[in-house]
Amino acid sequence: MPKDSGIGAASKRREDVRFLTGAGNYTDDINIYGQAYVYFLRSDVAHGKINSIDTSAAAEMPGVVRIFTGADFEGVGGLPCGWQVTDRHGQPMQEPAHPVLAQGKVRHVGDPIAAVVADSLQEARDAAEAIELDIEELPAVVNMKAALQEGAPKVHDDLTSNLCYDWGFVEDNKAAVDEAIKNAAHVTTLELVNNRLVANPMEPRVAVGDYSRANDESTLYTTSQNPHVIRLLMGAFVLGIPEHKLRVVAPDVGGGFGTKIFHYAEEAFCTFAAKKCNRPVKWTASRSEAFMSDAHGRDHVTKIELALDADNNFTAIRTETYANMGAYLSTFAPSVPTWLHGTLMAGNYRTPLIYVNVKAVFTNTVPVDAYRGAGRPEATYQLERVVDKAARELGVDPIALRRQNFISEFPYATPVAVEYDTGNYFATMDKLEEVADLAGFEARRKASEASGKLRGLGVNCYIEACGIAPSNLVGQLGARAGLYDAATVRVNATGTISVMVGAHSHGQGHETAFPQVVADMLGIDESMIEIVHGDSSKIPFGMGTYGSRSLAVCGSAMVKATEKIIKKAKKIASHLLEASEADIEVKDGKFTVAGTDKSVAWGDVTLAAYVPHNYPLEDIEPGLEETAFYDPSNFTYPSGAYCCEVELDPDTGKVTIERFAAADDFGNVVNPMIVEGQVHGGIAQGIGQALLENCVYDDEGQLLSASYMDYAMPRADDVPFYVVDHSCQTPCTHNPLGVKGCGEAGAIGSPPAVVNAVIDAIQSGGKNVLHIDMPLSPQRVWAAMQD
Amino acid sequence: MAKVTMTVNGRKVSGEVPGNRLLVEFLREDQRLTGTHVGCDTSQCGACVVHVNGKAVKSCTMMASEADGADITTIEGMAEADGTMHPIQQAFQDNHGLQCGFCTPGMVMSAAALLKDNPNPTEADVRHYLEGNICRCTGYHNIVKAILAAAGQDVSKIAAE
Amino acid sequence: MYAFDFEQPKTIAEAVAALADDEAQPLSGGQTLIPTLKQRLAMPSKLVSLTAIPEMKGVCMNGNTLCIGGATPHAVVAAEASAYPALAALASNIGDPAVRNRGTIGGSIANNDPAACYPSAALASGATIVTNSREIAADDYFQGLFQTALEEGEIVTEVRFPVPQAANYQKFVQPASRFALVGVFVAKYADGVRVAVTGASNDGVFRWTEAEAALSANFSPSALDGLSVSADGMIGDLHGTPEYRAHLIGVMTKRAVAAAS
Repeated sequence: MPKDSGIGAASKRREDVRFLTGAGNYTDDINIYGQAYVYFLRSDVAHGKINSIDTSAAAEMPGVVRIFTGADFEGVGGLPCGWQVTDRHGQPMQEPAHPVLAQGKVRHVGDPIAAVVADSLQEARDAAEAIELDIEELPAVVNMKAALQEGAPKVHDDLTSNLCYDWGFVEDNKAAVDEAIKNAAHVTTLELVNNRLVANPMEPRVAVGDYSRANDESTLYTTSQNPHVIRLLMGAFVLGIPEHKLRVVAPDVGGGFGTKIFHYAEEAFCTFAAKKCNRPVKWTASRSEAFMSDAHGRDHVTKIELALDADNNFTAIRTETYANMGAYLSTFAPSVPTWLHGTLMAGNYRTPLIYVNVKAVFTNTVPVDAYRGAGRPEATYQLERVVDKAARELGVDPIALRRQNFISEFPYATPVAVEYDTGNYFATMDKLEEVADLAGFEARRKASEASGKLRGLGVNCYIEACGIAPSNLVGQLGARAGLYDAATVRVNATGTISVMVGAHSHGQGHETAFPQVVADMLGIDESMIEIVHGDSSKIPFGMGTYGSRSLAVCGSAMVKATEKIIKKAKKIASHLLEASEADIEVKDGKFTVAGTDKSVAWGDVTLAAYVPHNYPLEDIEPGLEETAFYDPSNFTYPSGAYCCEVELDPDTGKVTIERFAAADDFGNVVNPMIVEGQVHGGIAQGIGQALLENCVYDDEGQLLSASYMDYAMPRADDVPFYVVDHSCQTPCTHNPLGVKGCGEAGAIGSPPAVVNAVIDAIQSGGKNVLHIDMPLSPQRVWAAMQD
Repeated sequence: MAKVTMTVNGRKVSGEVPGNRLLVEFLREDQRLTGTHVGCDTSQCGACVVHVNGKAVKSCTMMASEADGADITTIEGMAEADGTMHPIQQAFQDNHGLQCGFCTPGMVMSAAALLKDNPNPTEADVRHYLEGNICRCTGYHNIVKAILAAAGQDVSKIAAE
Repeated sequence: MYAFDFEQPKTIAEAVAALADDEAQPLSGGQTLIPTLKQRLAMPSKLVSLTAIPEMKGVCMNGNTLCIGGATPHAVVAAEASAYPALAALASNIGDPAVRNRGTIGGSIANNDPAACYPSAALASGATIVTNSREIAADDYFQGLFQTALEEGEIVTEVRFPVPQAANYQKFVQPASRFALVGVFVAKYADGVRVAVTGASNDGVFRWTEAEAALSANFSPSALDGLSVSADGMIGDLHGTPEYRAHLIGVMTKRAVAAAS
């Protein structure tokens, strides 16, 4: 029976009312009296030496407050990188400086050179056009393999080469993997590209810096997924502002998908300039600016080999990946192709030997960092494509080949360092076969063929690792941050509750789902609980929202804090009821002496805490507020099986998604409506990657897909209704809610299903096409079918 | 500068605008009606859709001066005076047709224009009509469902689990 | 945007006078021009809006000719050009609904974007482009990418389409912009068939005369068997090679004929 409140209920989202009525408060909706506007003059060449910048004429233009260049940031910290990867030889990665405004060189189209602060945006832009730049264009490196050639132009002159690191994982397995591949009965090899994407949350990035001379306090309003992380990075590493004098607020944020995790130059600039100009300074990215300044995602070039024995058991996997870092290291960029990618290469399968090599490369392109899934989609894509190709080469059913190699016993320690606590891959595959109606496929294929179309079916599995943790482990892996989260539960005198959480909601519905948990624990109505997030001055600390972590990590902190509340409230109740604390039960908003009808209402207990007239003051303090920090003991491992059915027009190469089904195991589910919505959105992004989206540079480093005119965003008519199921639930064994996270699954699980389906459709037409790189645009599919 | 006067959500408003003032700037900055959003600069995302004389228009691609004398409805004008949401707004909440909420005002305004022209659309009609409204969060599933529900259709069987 | 003045005349004569100023530019819906202005790719001193001129608006029949005022939005053409269903269908698929409420036929024809839909209809229909000063045959009007026979300050006040016996427009969309990657308009008249192609050529909209000859003899898809367009001169970009576009012209033409016949 579906519940109508608490954990498991499809509670309607309370945040919707403000979003639906135009009452949201996004960063661009914030206007502060006297604010000035900043326009960034950005490089229009991919690589160049700055000979001179003359701002004298521009500074005289109407409305100009002040013009800043790289010189103004001498002695100011650069944008820090939050993860240090150690290479195959035990050496730290090469880590270049990343100035707020370019110093000496520009390294990608969009690299900010100067910033004009003026009374209006138009005046700022007019003045920017009057800045005289002398930039000597240098040859650019765009292609990763070319960037590693001897004599290639160097993105950073002070580094030894364009190689950021050469990472091997697990290095000690390498010889055994090589040997197993040499001796295999069959080896399937696949070379592929995981296309560069632009996250494109619909709200472009915005920053408003404000400075109060009265108390020497800086405030930054910014479109961030993790305001505390920005406060830490910007305060400690860039601008040297102590935490107690720096407030970072991320109000309503219009989507993030990873690209709003990172600390960006523009937000540091606005904070810096507000103090220098003694005026609030506002920056709002145009979409065109977003394309050349938001961190991009993916961009891997990979060769994967899968070895099988004579019985089709997987015996070894070897992969070699070139991962594009872009021109600078974005905040978490080094971790994505390594610890978020290599550790997932076992997928859902019992492959005893795995070796992953990743070469991270600097190029004259926008920095690349985490985008929905971050490393896990890249792992899943190559693995699930190579398994599909192996099935085709061996002439076996791709589902049967997967089932034969599924991990079936848990916990399972993979050869790539992680231990899956729980899962049931057979159950999700069984469920998928049912909800996708695989039995009806042949009839549907015949119907398509009757109308001159080809029809294909693609299936794949995925596993992801969410809630990246624990801190002491990730610290050993190079993280320069802890990966816990925090929550404060503040119970008010009348029993209403404010929960201050470190997670940030920018579409995930925390304001609705988190209260469901607390309400369940206390037996009170959800409406009595309010979630506060996104303001460093209101919340003890928090690591923010990314990697499908919010409920698993921050939600667990909230549970721990609520447990402390219950413990203290029981003490108060036992005093009021004159009973032993051990006999007090909390249920339905009441504290009851077990086995009796003696009880005291929640509100009476909370009132006693704040009006402690009849209160055990000798034992406990008044008040009812508790904070907990939670550091998980392991990742969580959601998994699932996805199925895509496509129709292909052989005359044009156009692919239409006819059906899409997902069977996920997210462990326990707090709000199924929200969970399904997350999967829907992820699937659309995965379909976008597979069929539509491609961020393309030309050989000179000019961005060709620089707007929605050339970067194809999925639209309503590109996708069907999806069938999503999350009834297979193996609860996480190590967090109190048994939840695993659902935010990225759709984007991880869907690209291989789509590509497998298109290959199947082409094969059904008699053409032996085994691979096409994403996006499978009509032109690429048609061209592949001509060979 | 030129004086423009228009009726916005039933209220007569006026202001002095330069020739290059966009309608969306007039609404967001001069009128402080920040419910209408700007998500792109190539007239594609649709976050800025408002109604001008009853027609859906991208307010980022119309000059404020062109709207002189017009009757404008924005997302702020959709609910009843007492705060009761419009049936389309309610259908979006009931069917989880929004996540981050940024594209939502434009989606609701486009949906309202669609249902005015076509009170009983098919799924394909809805998807086609939303060509100029991009959402990055929902995968469109629940948006399409919400609009069909707002049209009074039974959506309980859509992609049933 | 740069700073500019704005004017909204009520008559064609006023509009022509307003456009006589240096660097004045007509604004006819603005669905292409305003994004261009935002990128600061144009620097007019003044925008002259053509959308408040009653004599430039509306759809009517004159004998067997459909006349559309230059400032008529696509949505109005879609709703009211029922005498020419293929043209109404074309209009109903330009851009998106909000764009169709603002964008106008005159703006589209004057801009002559190589991927726009209307130029193919005008050329395939042998339409007459009426301006404030003259009438121009479509065959003379379209002169390459963004190039037309219009003089400085001349505005498209009306487009006259002879209504064909049968016609159809097939658009294969570019997946990002949703403009035509290739669009083919086929129109069959008593004196022959005309085929115009948009989206494909480096020279903008053009007539595929070989197909016209074959279809004039036999108006059926099979008449196109063996015919193909050379990839030379076709556009090559992120979304399609010249070869792909040339191939699509054949496919779309066949489909248009099948749908029309």
